[in-house]
Amino acid sequence: MAHGGRMVDFAGWSMPVQYSSIVDEHTATRTHAGLFDISHMGRLRFDGPGARDFLEHLLTRRVHDMRPGQIRYSLLTNDSGAVLDDVLLYALNDAAGGEYWLLVVNASNREKVVQWLQPRLVTVQGVSMTDVTRQWAMIAVQGPRAIELLQPLVDAPLTNMKYYTGVECRIAGHGGIVSRTGYTGEDGCELILGNNAVPGVWQQLIDGGAKACGLGARDTLRLEAGMPLYGHELSEEISLWYCGLGFAINLKDRSFPGRDALEMTRMCEGVTQRVGIVLDSKRVPREHFPVVNAAGQKIGETTSGTFSPTLNQPIAMAFVSAEHAAPGTSLAIDIRGKHEPGRVVALPFYKRK
Amino acid sequence: MSLNPQDLKYAKTHEWVHVASDASGAKVATIGVSAFALEALTDLVFIELPKPGKQLKVGDTFGEIESVKAVSDLYSPVTGEVIESHAALSDQLEQLNQDPYGNGWMIKVKLASDAGLDTLLDAAAYQKQCSEEQH
Repeated sequence: MAHGGRMVDFAGWSMPVQYSSIVDEHTATRTHAGLFDISHMGRLRFDGPGARDFLEHLLTRRVHDMRPGQIRYSLLTNDSGAVLDDVLLYALNDAAGGEYWLLVVNASNREKVVQWLQPRLVTVQGVSMTDVTRQWAMIAVQGPRAIELLQPLVDAPLTNMKYYTGVECRIAGHGGIVSRTGYTGEDGCELILGNNAVPGVWQQLIDGGAKACGLGARDTLRLEAGMPLYGHELSEEISLWYCGLGFAINLKDRSFPGRDALEMTRMCEGVTQRVGIVLDSKRVPREHFPVVNAAGQKIGETTSGTFSPTLNQPIAMAFVSAEHAAPGTSLAIDIRGKHEPGRVVALPFYKRK
Repeated sequence: MSLNPQDLKYAKTHEWVHVASDASGAKVATIGVSAFALEALTDLVFIELPKPGKQLKVGDTFGEIESVKAVSDLYSPVTGEVIESHAALSDQLEQLNQDPYGNGWMIKVKLASDAGLDTLLDAAAYQKQCSEEQH
């Protein structure tokens, strides 16, 4: 048996896979509160009078109508419409009322995105980009008790904040940003704060009853919530029209890299679809396992899989051709040569009550 | 009855081995996986073991054990025939963590030869390997 280490190198960051047990951390987040160090996420700040227009012509979703405090999930595509990253864009005001923007990108894509943006920034006036990833840390507090645990540390009224909004605030006396966002399917917040403020805030949340969670639980939680992960359900090779993310693509009266290519390929929308699959056995599907029909013919491939602690059964996300994508469709996943039977279910696997 | 981990031999791949003679004098190896490795896996969800009658050679895969995080093959540290397989484990995976050297046993193999036995680690050498893997 090969030994599984608990720390992993992830996009150049040494990250904990788990602090205790993935299942314990997962369950704590679903029932109580989980605390995640997500400082590896890339944070790019945009300033200047041209920033809004620059971002409007960069992302697949509209930016020009965003008000300060709004956060929008979007995709970043290249000229051929391939997905470079999926991102969150924050519209923020500083203490003096000045507008600025924060683009939160995947750790594994940060350098690629920065390199892709730099030549584009040279051609426009009035916008500057600063990579503030290493100046700031980021932690997520997620779960039904997250708001209650966090509120005493934050001077923003969390319960009044809508999902996908964020503001500058004081966090345990330090300057930072709090947002009602997350990647677990639970209620909660993400905090951006100075590195020196993290140990104190982290400890106060642990003392309040939050459980420290690693990358392992972050993955099982987002999978149950049916959320795509770049490198799995999203990549430069997978057509955006297969991903079920139509809500995040606004083509009408827009111009952004790849916009025309996406319009041309729109006819392919849903030819292949991202689906959820649950299995009857206990064996766990992982990424790149073949999905097969009753006759044993390959009809697709998994992109992520795990054992769902909430459902107590194996789950996977996969791309399959449209005729096999309806919830209830029987199929199987080829797990190391054995066809393990299961069926298509609607995403997400888990939705909070 | 749990075996004393100090008295066992270990494969570098974390299987433990206990060899004893049966009534006919044939050597039978009881095989499981060390507490250290089970602790590293945590969150076990599935185990597959061979049926009695399966012939194994040193280094053959005799099953697999899967956690939420990853799947691992189980490697035979000995050569011989599987005479018993602890099938009940698949419904009682907690036995593996609770009693890795007792109820957590996986298979019993009637040895065809002593092949592989001389390369197994004693408890102290195995412990040393584990502490090195932790860093």
